[in-house]
Amino acid sequence: MTTAPPMPAPPASLAGRLRWTAADASVLVGRELSRLRQEPGQLVAALIFPGIMVLLFGYVFGSAIQVPGGGNYREYLMPGLFSMITFSAVMALMMRVATDASLGVMDRFRAMPMARSAVPLGQVGADTLVSGPLALVIMVGAGLLVGWRPHNGPVATAEAFALLLLIRFALSWVGCYLGLLVGDERTADHFVPLSLPVSMLSNSFVPTDGMPAWLRVVAEWNPVSAMTAASRELFGNPGAPTGDDLSLPLAHPVAAVLVWSAVLLAVFAPLSIRTYRRRGR
Amino acid sequence: MEEPIVVAEGLHKRFGTTHALRGLDLTVPAGTVCGVLGPNGAGKTTLIRILATLADPDAGRARIAGYDVVRETERVRARIGLAGQYAAVDEKLTGRGNLRMFARLYHLPRREAHRRADELLERFGLAEAADRQVGGYSGGMRRRLDLITCLILRPAVLFLDEPTTGLDPRSRGEIWDGIRQLVADGTTVLLTTQYLDEADQLADDIAVVDHGRVIATGTPDALKARLGDRLDVVLQDRAQLERGASVLAGLTGAEPAVDAEHARLGIALPGDTVRLADVVRELDRAGVAAADVSLRRPTLDEVFLSLTGRSAAEQADGADETAPVKEAV
Repeated sequence: MTTAPPMPAPPASLAGRLRWTAADASVLVGRELSRLRQEPGQLVAALIFPGIMVLLFGYVFGSAIQVPGGGNYREYLMPGLFSMITFSAVMALMMRVATDASLGVMDRFRAMPMARSAVPLGQVGADTLVSGPLALVIMVGAGLLVGWRPHNGPVATAEAFALLLLIRFALSWVGCYLGLLVGDERTADHFVPLSLPVSMLSNSFVPTDGMPAWLRVVAEWNPVSAMTAASRELFGNPGAPTGDDLSLPLAHPVAAVLVWSAVLLAVFAPLSIRTYRRRGR
Repeated sequence: MEEPIVVAEGLHKRFGTTHALRGLDLTVPAGTVCGVLGPNGAGKTTLIRILATLADPDAGRARIAGYDVVRETERVRARIGLAGQYAAVDEKLTGRGNLRMFARLYHLPRREAHRRADELLERFGLAEAADRQVGGYSGGMRRRLDLITCLILRPAVLFLDEPTTGLDPRSRGEIWDGIRQLVADGTTVLLTTQYLDEADQLADDIAVVDHGRVIATGTPDALKARLGDRLDVVLQDRAQLERGASVLAGLTGAEPAVDAEHARLGIALPGDTVRLADVVRELDRAGVAAADVSLRRPTLDEVFLSLTGRSAAEQADGADETAPVKEAV
């Protein structure tokens, strides 16, 4: 095999190493794009779910739900669905990482002279840069169709989407860690339905006032509630929390989402990278 | 004297209560093929994982091309290729997509990565299937893709963990051809296998592993000579078993094993002392009607029986895979 190219020497400088990490991670982001191209069916499936949720909640359950402070239920609902689709990143990453681990692809990556953080970073990055924006675009499209609108101008609207993508990035590290922990596709599959109750035990679909006191505390401290409340506030949709008896995260939802993101990132990003490197040792 | 390219010294590894490696020593000289032969649970995969930097030994040391597998992982990783028991490729991508991705992850420039992917696909007979999703490949094609993924850069050492387990004979042959091509190019190969004939076909040296230790080493010929070929005789009439057994005993000087239910006689033939033709002639002369007379290499079971006094099936404590398949040669 006289034509085998030589192995480029690993860079010694910090800048060079960062470049390698970025290059490796971007190849893995490209991998997700290729997968999407290979399986456009996934995109169709991704379109169907939000469609069903909008129909089910916007027109079936929503007809019986009173929006606090008055207003259109579908305007109230859409920020909740944005949160739900954002939270689903946990499960999506868990599945993808667990699949790689069970197929042995991860061992191949680990036995290659790649940057150590590149694999988790690539998988999380692919979600934040590709799947996340795509899911939001689809959801926004569905929302616009049923009459949802942002009311606070382009800056606040952009802030809302940036906030959703930020926490999606943080949440996908949680998923990455769980995927490494679970380590195989089939077990991960069992956990996926858990995403639904976690998303629903919040202010996303119904106001929390009617819940029993203890459940209300759980729901209001659920990061999903903060995400939804922050979106409502920034988009100017009805149901933005008011009143004196609000729990702390709902009184300052934007700050709460920022804090949640920072905490999740600080805990789960290093944990994921460490677990990835130590896997099977 | 030049150090062997793979050196393992006193490797220990424990997983919970399972002692996978118990002081394993192994050396592989550069440019040779070493076959590590053993049943499930012998420690073969653990050995490969340690040498490929995927696991750390609890005790002992290992070096690849002079670099320590624990302290100099990056240098080691730049010099090895690894193909495991499962085809470690992305099922959702095409064959070409996989190779391009891995080439880029080896930090080849894009153009070079594409050229190399095309070249390898062409050379190993996957060019036609290159643009199909790997999920639709046959088992043999998938393993071949897995194998050539290791060859994107020319690795100094290639680790192959049971490269043909679970493949049909035709696919096995294809993988063997692929490995032979590599060896001809000068790559050092360390392969594990449960099949003696696989080690025999490919390896310069064989190391037999049992309970986490190397219990015998040697060239395939040396090991075979030590164990002898196996002669199986199936008689047409069970009533002639005794007479048949005495014919075989007369020829070899040893007592054959009698399997009355299948009217079968089996015996080890040390070295080249007895030819098949002699057996047929002597049986004929004694008036014993044979339905089948065959000479074959010893199976792994028989290697183990002879080396350890226990059968390979007993060794595979808790292993969930099936015992090695006996094959007539």
